[in-house]
Amino acid sequence: MKYVDEYRDPVAARRLAGAIRALVTRPWTIMEICGGQTHSLLRHGIDQMLPEGVTLLHGPGCPVCVTAAEVIDQAIALAATPGVILCSFGDMLRVPGETGSLLAAKARGADVRMVYSPLDAVALARAQPEREVVFLAVGFETTAPASAMAVLAAADAGLRNFSLLVAHVLVPPAIAALLAAPDNRVQGFLAAGHVCTVMGYDEYEPIARRFGVPIVVTGFEPVDLLQGILACLRQLEARRAEVENAYGRSVRLGGNAPAQAALRQVFAVVPRVWRGMGEIPASGLDLAPAYARFDARARFPSAVAAPASVGPCISGEILRGRSRPTACPAFGTGCTPARPLGATMVSSEGACAAYYRYRRAAA
Amino acid sequence: MNAPVCPLPATEEGVIERGHGGGGALTGRLVAALFRPCFGAPPDEPLHDGATLAVGGSRLAFTTDSFVVTPLEFPGGDIGALAVIGTVNDLAMCGAKPLSLSAGFILEEGLDIARLRRIAASMGQAAAAAGVRVVTGDTKVVERGKGDGIYITTAGVGLIPPGVTIGPQCVRPGDAVLLSGDVGRHGIAIMAAREGLGFETEIVSDLASLAPAVAGLIAAGVTLHCLRDLTRGGLASALVEIATGAGVELRLDAAAVPVGEAVRGACEILGLDPWYVANEGRLVAFVPEPEAARALAILRSHPGGAEAAVIGRVAAASGRGRVLAETIGGVRVLDLLSGEQLPRIC
Repeated sequence: MKYVDEYRDPVAARRLAGAIRALVTRPWTIMEICGGQTHSLLRHGIDQMLPEGVTLLHGPGCPVCVTAAEVIDQAIALAATPGVILCSFGDMLRVPGETGSLLAAKARGADVRMVYSPLDAVALARAQPEREVVFLAVGFETTAPASAMAVLAAADAGLRNFSLLVAHVLVPPAIAALLAAPDNRVQGFLAAGHVCTVMGYDEYEPIARRFGVPIVVTGFEPVDLLQGILACLRQLEARRAEVENAYGRSVRLGGNAPAQAALRQVFAVVPRVWRGMGEIPASGLDLAPAYARFDARARFPSAVAAPASVGPCISGEILRGRSRPTACPAFGTGCTPARPLGATMVSSEGACAAYYRYRRAAA
Repeated sequence: MNAPVCPLPATEEGVIERGHGGGGALTGRLVAALFRPCFGAPPDEPLHDGATLAVGGSRLAFTTDSFVVTPLEFPGGDIGALAVIGTVNDLAMCGAKPLSLSAGFILEEGLDIARLRRIAASMGQAAAAAGVRVVTGDTKVVERGKGDGIYITTAGVGLIPPGVTIGPQCVRPGDAVLLSGDVGRHGIAIMAAREGLGFETEIVSDLASLAPAVAGLIAAGVTLHCLRDLTRGGLASALVEIATGAGVELRLDAAAVPVGEAVRGACEILGLDPWYVANEGRLVAFVPEPEAARALAILRSHPGGAEAAVIGRVAAASGRGRVLAETIGGVRVLDLLSGEQLPRIC
């Protein structure tokens, strides 16, 4: 297949791996930011081709993984609201929040639909004016423009039964947050080629300068990845810390101007909670005031504020030391190691599992 | 906002999800932990596409399958042809010559009878082409809104020729692994038709009876250690199941697995792995290495078999059983899907 096979060519890949081995004089730690790159690295065994001292760390660039559990729980609560059709991308449906996953909610009767584009959700809203269609808008700068276009299309059509539960996130603030952490080990970054195709890469210049790290825009196929890694290592070996584009066949400095214009028109930059990383300032997008009428949180405040399907599990409280396992109403009855409701009852090191095993009689 | 926690996916004791019918790990667990114990099946009895029954002096293969495809008609076939060919293929995978089928219909109130006639006629044609007859059946009608038009369950019996024993337990180190054609077409054809994906090239299902190819292999005296048709879960799931059942390590030559350009393109766009996409007219055959070339020539001589290939070999007996595929930088281990394959976000 054109534009794929030449970038999966084993001979070219081995030549690049050889160049990397010849170049490296000391250990280096590089992070690829994007989950798509992580998968490609492992799928094609690229990590196995690198010299021992070169460590690849896998970054927070999986949109599904970084979406806060709270957002998934809000989506589940919205899906359970009478009259609502909850739409999202396929791989978002399986991720558990604290109250289960959207697939599990669907199995229990919620109207959850998988769509291939946010515009499909707009079409659904147009076709079913008696229903409320909510699109769970997750993902990075790659998917956000499509969400923006959906809002513009819904506004054009004068739709009143379409809204978004927005959880879009931005890559550069996450990179800055990782580099600012006191225990940071990352010496160079591979920036995500698809994100840069949309946004360009000039916004990485201040980060490279401030933290003194090379940032190399990198693609997704084996040869792309090895080219990105090689370029990053060249800079590290030469003590340079520049922004470099190793994915020139797709990425331009300024990115995709119409997509960025749609983002600026529809969204505003806000602080955002990342699953596993906590809140990062200016790292998310939410609807701008002019489009606030499409905000599902404003349209269904009760569903979003108090997710209806919150179970009795109090594992979040337990993990923060605010409560004890035996204080949970489900402990030992609705929740056991064989049928756990929360992570603390599963893990062999979990507090609830330990209490169940050793203290149940006393409870 | 709560502190980061890692809640659990729903367990078996919850409710049935789509993935339980996906042919992957969830389906396997349902069969192993729920159906087999409830039906009193011996835990070490090998799992195969059909059961073998000794009747008098002969051996019958017996199998059943249910069909719930949406849309009912798709490029390359319809639910009727699928219901006949799916069961014929399961019989063929036991090495059996298919004899007779049953067909149970669950029809939804409001179904267009002309459409039912079209689908029944298609079943008749598929059965005639496979040399079987539908000899018994049943019809039930459910209320409007309680079904997707038509569900069909077929069961079939076939006669296993003397001396033929096929199953994972017969797989031996050194066996060659043959694939009968390109993979991934049925699943992508259905997805494109169902979701209106509008690809430039129409992708046509590979739906086809495998009985003639298997009969050809048996007639030529090829020693068939194991056969498996690649349905839900695709090539990878079938190979993982066989490797696990046989307790052997399979080594695949990834480049030898034929995948059509249109299917590759669609899978790239949707983030799917064609090795896990469904087929309805493809098989893998495990044969002793010295017979591989002869078996390959026979597979290639059948319609749709031009791209048949040797895609790997059984490397060694290895307790647990696994499938390894060569990659650019090393090897990767293939596993069963943990649920349905879902299109990715970006």
